[in-house]
Amino acid sequence: MIPVLLILIPIVAGLVSFFLKNEKAAKGWSVIASLVTLAVSLAGVYEQNAAALHADAAWLPTLGSRFTLHLDGMAKMLTLLTGISMPLVVVSTIKNDYRNAGNFYGLLLWLQAGLMGVFVSADCLLFYFFWELALIPAYFLCSGWGGEKRIPVTFKFFVYTFLGSLLMLVGILFLYFKTPDHSFAIASFYKLNLTPAEQSFGFWLFFIAFAIKMPVFPFHTWQPDTYEQSPTAVTMLLSGVMVKMGLYGVIRWILPVFPAAVVRFDHIVIILCVIGILYASLIAIKQDDIKRLVAYSSIAHIGLMCAAIFSSQQVGMQGVMVQMFNHGVNVIGLWIVVDAIEQNQGTRKFSELGGLAQKAPGLAILFVIMAFANIALPLTNAFVGEFMMFNGLFRYNGWMAGIAGISIILAAVYTLGMVQKIFYGNTVAATENAVDSDFSVKLMLAILVVVIVVLGVYPQPMLQLTNDTVHSVLTKIHSF
Amino acid sequence: MNNLVYLIPFFPLLGFLINGLFRKSLNKPLIGIIGSGSILASFVVSLLLFFQVKSNGALPVQPLFSFIDVESFKIAFAFQVDQLSSLFLLIITGIGFLIHLYSTSYMHDEPAEHFGRYFAYLNLFVFSMLLLVLGANYVIMFIGWEGVGLCSYLLIGFWFKNNNYNYAAKKAFVMNRIGDLGFLLAVFWILAKLGTVEYYEVFAQTAKLSNADIFGITILLFIGATGKSAQIPLYTWLPDAMAGPTPVSALIHAATMVTAGIYMIARSNILYTMAPVTQVIIAVIGLATAVFAATIALKQNDIKKVLAYSTVSQLGYMFLGLGVGAYTGAVFHVMTHAFFKALLFLGAGSVIHAMGGEQDIRKMGGLAKKMPQTNWTFLVACFAIAGVPPLSGFFSKDEILAAAFEKNSLLYYIGVAGALMTAFYMFRLYAMTFLGQFRGTHEQEHHLHESPAAMTIPLIVLAILAAVGGLIGIPEAILPNAHKLEAFLEPVFEQSTRYVHEAHTVSHSTELMLMGVVTVIIIGVIVAAWRKFSKYQYSDAEETGLGKVLENKWYVDEIYDAVIVNPLLKLAGFLKNVVEKSGIDGIVNGVGRFVGYSARQLRLLQSGQVGNYILFMVLSLVVLFLVFWNETIISEFLKKIF
Repeated sequence: MIPVLLILIPIVAGLVSFFLKNEKAAKGWSVIASLVTLAVSLAGVYEQNAAALHADAAWLPTLGSRFTLHLDGMAKMLTLLTGISMPLVVVSTIKNDYRNAGNFYGLLLWLQAGLMGVFVSADCLLFYFFWELALIPAYFLCSGWGGEKRIPVTFKFFVYTFLGSLLMLVGILFLYFKTPDHSFAIASFYKLNLTPAEQSFGFWLFFIAFAIKMPVFPFHTWQPDTYEQSPTAVTMLLSGVMVKMGLYGVIRWILPVFPAAVVRFDHIVIILCVIGILYASLIAIKQDDIKRLVAYSSIAHIGLMCAAIFSSQQVGMQGVMVQMFNHGVNVIGLWIVVDAIEQNQGTRKFSELGGLAQKAPGLAILFVIMAFANIALPLTNAFVGEFMMFNGLFRYNGWMAGIAGISIILAAVYTLGMVQKIFYGNTVAATENAVDSDFSVKLMLAILVVVIVVLGVYPQPMLQLTNDTVHSVLTKIHSF
Repeated sequence: MNNLVYLIPFFPLLGFLINGLFRKSLNKPLIGIIGSGSILASFVVSLLLFFQVKSNGALPVQPLFSFIDVESFKIAFAFQVDQLSSLFLLIITGIGFLIHLYSTSYMHDEPAEHFGRYFAYLNLFVFSMLLLVLGANYVIMFIGWEGVGLCSYLLIGFWFKNNNYNYAAKKAFVMNRIGDLGFLLAVFWILAKLGTVEYYEVFAQTAKLSNADIFGITILLFIGATGKSAQIPLYTWLPDAMAGPTPVSALIHAATMVTAGIYMIARSNILYTMAPVTQVIIAVIGLATAVFAATIALKQNDIKKVLAYSTVSQLGYMFLGLGVGAYTGAVFHVMTHAFFKALLFLGAGSVIHAMGGEQDIRKMGGLAKKMPQTNWTFLVACFAIAGVPPLSGFFSKDEILAAAFEKNSLLYYIGVAGALMTAFYMFRLYAMTFLGQFRGTHEQEHHLHESPAAMTIPLIVLAILAAVGGLIGIPEAILPNAHKLEAFLEPVFEQSTRYVHEAHTVSHSTELMLMGVVTVIIIGVIVAAWRKFSKYQYSDAEETGLGKVLENKWYVDEIYDAVIVNPLLKLAGFLKNVVEKSGIDGIVNGVGRFVGYSARQLRLLQSGQVGNYILFMVLSLVVLFLVFWNETIISEFLKKIF
């Protein structure tokens, strides 16, 4: 029942929102709806009864596809992330004006429904369905409410991800016809006995789709543009949650279905990831726009996660699990500050900012904590994830870990540079009359700081949550 | 009794939270009491534990909770108090308390909010430093290690309106991060080979490590140490770190944080004893840093910069000690150096305070009359650091140099040359500051005063320690069985001692003779510097030749910029503007155009006909479904393809 509710609540709430013409009503409604969803996702984390975590119904019988939903450890963690993100996003941007607010929040809720669906589907066609369902509202949100250059940027985003989707669809069909009972069920896919050549073929079809989504170098160029041009509320969901779809897909579909291909191609993927980590970190140093800096920083972080997945080590995989969650909340925290600055100062350019700490000390302190979480300082949540992921990568290959490790230095360079350029030094024209940010912004950031510190000091519950998934995935890989 | 261990980091953490969260509502005296009181409480507990350790030996490891625990990968949040950590606890909390006390007066002109922020940072620093030395494994050490780096960053940039200070803070953090990467990789290496990071377990299993493993691990850990403890090639952040308030320089950048690298290697002593090549590298780098930094200190005119280069140089001696296997000597020098260098910085702070912020010693002079307490305590520290017997620096430096002599007399002679420079630049500093004629403005002269008691009491206490602190380590050659510290620390280095089992090769008479000769020369240097610089007259004439090179710190910062920083930034710019924009994105956009839909799609979107979009989606789904109904046809088709 729980996985059904996770999808159903945002869909229905979104539908209602389309009919709300009053801006305040739409905002209030989406806050309530997102809190209810958060409660359900929390219930899912603590639910012990297996029946409540599973749902199964007929959907497209002629096709061999069933409406099967399932919450395992990884799905619990990611639905919790999706559940937490939504109220954070909505409340922290509650002062922003969106024309046709009812439609905006309706689409946002649908986006959430699609994300939930992706994470709980135990049927590949259903997975594909939700994958697309999550993309469509995202397109409309970017093209309808985005910045000046939104049209070409959204188009690039669309073409890119659509291309990925098509490749994945071909891959899904390919697998479908290989199943003896012609079924899309995840269990049938997992039981497939593919020849090495078939595995390689399917691997690349799926991998490119997921690589675009994450994104992995060199498929990443849609991302900084899209993050820059989207309304920040949407950017938060895209970077906090949606990019996890790619990582999730790799762990859920590629590793168990194509284990031989993973073992065969892991070095190619890891080399791409390591190049991407350094490449994105270096480019981040040179950015003048906060949004683009955070975007490139995020590409570097995701690259490390992808590399850690393909190193196929238990510790690294566990690191990826906690880091998916941690990266989600941390990057949302960064975006909240970016949005607060953009709304109050009217600019995102470092060259037009400075000295804000004198005017907005509260925001400054919260942001500094976010920044140090972004560079994985110990006792922040990101340290746990990065420490374990680098460990996994080191066990795969020490040199790779060493080279990728250079990014922890570069991350300090661009992140502290960002803090300095926005908050330190003397005030400039844009910050002369600044005031500290709204209570709603500071409240959301304070909540995030608590999450960051608690998960940084005591990560054990989060690690245990995803133990089962890691174990079953790696058993598959290591039998090769 | 053992449970008290938790209290040691707990008090500073509590102080940090109270002062950090309520800094706007608390008044300054209360902030000062909370800030200093929390450290005093930790000091009392540390003292209790020290005596416990002294009589009963190391306390058992105290696990707090399981930090990371996934199947084969377990890291405990656990504390360990043994001889080495209990000594460091005393240094950190003892000197830490004195510096907190001093700060209540030094920082008094700050508004309450910033005063609270200062003490919150300072308490957080002590908390992190305590984690660093209390941790029972490398991961907890690393947590403290990066924690002190954070506090150092925050305190160097404490006056954040000044962008030069912010650059210094960022530089310190980034250079430390370079070292931290080495530390991290070493931890990964240990974990990959042994599956544990607990000290006890690692040191018990050294036999499982190949020589290559040990070499790699020790070198990587040492890279970490060069960052935190400011050794060649990563030392350049420390002189810039003087941008922070002076008590911060005393606590973090002289007495405690920068000695973390020495603690780390002393803690891992068995690994280093088993890695002779690494030891040679450490000895050479340590000695090179000691001499190199001393040459720069000869020509600096900023009172804090002289002390900063002196710190780099003294840290170099400690690494020399570690490199030649004199672990006790290195730790001994950490202790005595903490006394006299903290004293020197606090004394410098007292001077800067009295001079209204002036740091240029060319514009000082004759302060002895106006600031008697500061004067005599500073003088004691100068004698101690110069190595004049029987003050503390003499014993610890001598122990390191004697061990170096045993390894290779060349190390010894170069080390002595550095010690002579130390005596020279310290007494140049002393004489230009306290002797001769006052060279500042009339306004400054009128304002000159001795600092209040909250500042002079720490000076006096430290002066006593700097004077007599060396007596716990009197060498065999002078008095048999009087090296209390060696006996105390013996269990920590026992494994290394057994591994090496070398007899002393240098006779006591030779050692005494060398000691005597060096002492006489040092006193000669002191007299020369004293006479030369007490007659110093102000001049801003530019240095020439070697003097200019030294004044400009051998142009190392400029060289790093030209060789590393700028090329890297150029590369980043090239990647951003050329590779990313024209290369990768160019190809993507080209492909996009090639697909040919772009023009039409753009028009559809721009005209707001989003319906077409959905139509497209729905149509594709319909096609998909039709395809499925004709499954057989398609499967035949697909079979042909695949």
